[in-house]
Amino acid sequence: MTELTSQGLTGSDATELARLLAAGEVTSVEVTRAYLDRIAAEDGEIGAYLHVDPDAALARAAEIDAADGERGSLAGLPMALKDVVVTEGVPTTSGSKILEGWRPPYDATVAARLKAAGTVLLGKTNMDEFAMGSSTENSAYRVTRNPWDRERIPGGSSGGSAAAVAGGLAPWAIGTDTGGSIRQPAAVTGLVGHKPTYGSVSRYGLIAFSSSLDQAGPMARTVLDAALLHEAIGGHDPLDSTSIPAPLPVFSDSARRGAEGDLSGLTVGVVRELGGDGHSEGYEPGVLARFGEAVALLESLGAEVREVSCPAFDLALAAYYLIAPSEASSNLARFDGVRFGLRVGDDGSHDLDEVMALTREQGFGPEVKRRIILGTYALSSGYYEAYYGQAQKVRTLIGRDFNAAFGSDDGQGVDVLLSPTTPTVAFPLGARVDDPIAMYAADLCTLPASLAGVPAISVPCGLSDGLPVGLQIMAPALADDRCYRVAAALEAAQDAARGHRFLDQLTRRSAPVPGEAA
Amino acid sequence: MSTLSRKGPLDRQEIAHLARLARLAVTDEELDLYAGQLSAILDAVAQVQKAPVEDVTPTTHAVPMTNVMRPDVARPSLPRDAVLAGAPAAEDDRFRVPRILQEEA
Repeated sequence: MTELTSQGLTGSDATELARLLAAGEVTSVEVTRAYLDRIAAEDGEIGAYLHVDPDAALARAAEIDAADGERGSLAGLPMALKDVVVTEGVPTTSGSKILEGWRPPYDATVAARLKAAGTVLLGKTNMDEFAMGSSTENSAYRVTRNPWDRERIPGGSSGGSAAAVAGGLAPWAIGTDTGGSIRQPAAVTGLVGHKPTYGSVSRYGLIAFSSSLDQAGPMARTVLDAALLHEAIGGHDPLDSTSIPAPLPVFSDSARRGAEGDLSGLTVGVVRELGGDGHSEGYEPGVLARFGEAVALLESLGAEVREVSCPAFDLALAAYYLIAPSEASSNLARFDGVRFGLRVGDDGSHDLDEVMALTREQGFGPEVKRRIILGTYALSSGYYEAYYGQAQKVRTLIGRDFNAAFGSDDGQGVDVLLSPTTPTVAFPLGARVDDPIAMYAADLCTLPASLAGVPAISVPCGLSDGLPVGLQIMAPALADDRCYRVAAALEAAQDAARGHRFLDQLTRRSAPVPGEAA
Repeated sequence: MSTLSRKGPLDRQEIAHLARLARLAVTDEELDLYAGQLSAILDAVAQVQKAPVEDVTPTTHAVPMTNVMRPDVARPSLPRDAVLAGAPAAEDDRFRVPRILQEEA
C-alpha cells in the first residue's frame, strides 16, 4: 500500500477513495480489507451489521481489481446495504426473525445497479424490524450504537447504515425512508442522507413496508458522495410500475455547483410549523440554535430567507401513523409461513390458518404487531372513513401546503423549504422503547415530505452537547438537484469555517466512555 | 364522520378480534399491553378528524398514477428450485402447506 494507512482509508470519503482507486494508488482489495478489519475490530460493539461475509467481499474486490477494460467511476468501492434490500444468495431479513436464514433468489434493482457499477458489498446493515422505528431498537437481532456516543441511539430505521458510515465501517451505504428513516439517522449520526422524490429510485426488491411512501436513497459522509450514490441507483425501472419514466438531473453537478457557495437568486422558506414561533414545543434549544445559525449562513451566501406557514403539517404525524400501518397490515400479509422464512406449529395438529397465526405471532416483534393491528383497525368497516379515509385527505392538504409554498400555481413561491431534521439530538438507548408515541415524535419534521412524495435531504449543521444536529432541505417533486445544491453550499461554508469536514470531529476524538454522557 | 369515530379506548376483546383478522395468535399479556398502547396511539391519530376536509379528495399516492403497460412478451421467471429453496417446506416441486380442510386426510 502507499503512505495511506488503513485508518486513512476508513476515514476517507467515497469520492477520495474513487480517485485513489482510479489512479491506481490503492486496490479494491486494500480498501475492502481496511473496512473489513475495522468491522472486525469495532462492530462487535457498534452493531451496525447483521451479515458480513469477508471472503465474499475480498473475492469480489479481487475480481474488480483483475478486470480488464473500461471501469466505471465507482468500480472497486465498498458499500453497505440496509437489510431491507433483497440480495441474491445473501441473507436478507429486514430485521425480522420471520425471515431468519432466508437467502433471496434475486437482486433488488438498487443492489443490481450497484453491482453493475462495480461496487463491493461489505454487508447488510441492521434496522428496525421491517423498517418500523426511529432508533433501530426494534431490530429482532441486535442493538446498534451511535458512534458519537455509544450509549445513544443511531436513529432508525436505517440505523445500521448510519452507524456503519459514521463509524468508519463503510464509506457509504443505502438506506430506505418511509417516514424519515434515512434523514433522521443521518441527522443524529452526522451524515448526509437523502430521500429521493417518490418514484425516482426503484422499489423493486425492497421488502415493502408502506408502498406509497417507501424510497431508497444514499447515506454518505459528504453531499457529493450522496449525489454520486444517488446517481448510481436512480432512474426509471420497468420492474417497478410506480417508477417515474423521466431522466434524472446530474446530482453531482448540482453538488459541485452548490459547493462554490453562491446562492444568490435562491429563495428559501423556513417552515414555521416545524420548530418555529408557537411550534417549538418538544424541540431542543441546541437544535433550534444550530438550525438558526445555518439559515443565517445560507442567507450570507446570497439566499433570500422567508418564513412560510404550512398549517397541515401539524397533522402529518397523525396521518402518517394511520396510512403507514394500514399499508403495512396489507403488505405484511405475505409473511404467512408458506413461501419463505419461518413456519411454526406444522406438526400435524394445526391447520393452515393456525400455522399462519402461530408463525406470525412468533416471527414478528411487538412494534410490527402493534402496527398490523392498528392498520387492520383503521381499514376495518365502520372506521375506514374516520381514520384511513380522513388521513388520506390530510395527505392532500399537506401536498397543497407544499404546492403553495413552492408557488406551483402562482410562481411566487420559494425554491426550497428548510427545517431541523429532528426535534432532538440522539436520545439514550432505551429512553423511548416503552412509549411508542414518544418514539414516533422523532419523525415529526420528516413526515410531511414523505406524505407528499417530495425529495428531502438532511445535512449536518453543527453539534449540540457534542452530538450532531441535522438541517432538512425539502424541494418540489423531481427537483432533488436543489437539495444537493443547497446542502453542498452549507457544507462547504461550514467546512471552510471549521477547517475540516464535519465527520472529522468524530474520527479525531476517542469514543466517549460509556455511561459518562448525560 | 364524527358519528363514525369511536368512543373510548380499544378493549381486549376488540384487540383479540383484530389480531384474529390479522392472523396473529397474540398472548393474554400482549392483549393487556396492546389495549393500552393502541388506545393511546388511536387517541393521538384521531387528530386527523379535526382537519377541514370538505371538498378535499383523498390522496392514495403522492405521484399521479395511471396504468403502466408493457409489451406482452413471455420472459423466463425465477428457476423453480431457487424459489422453493427458500420455502419452509416443499414437496414434488411445490410449496407444501398444512391441511386446509378439517376432514381426515
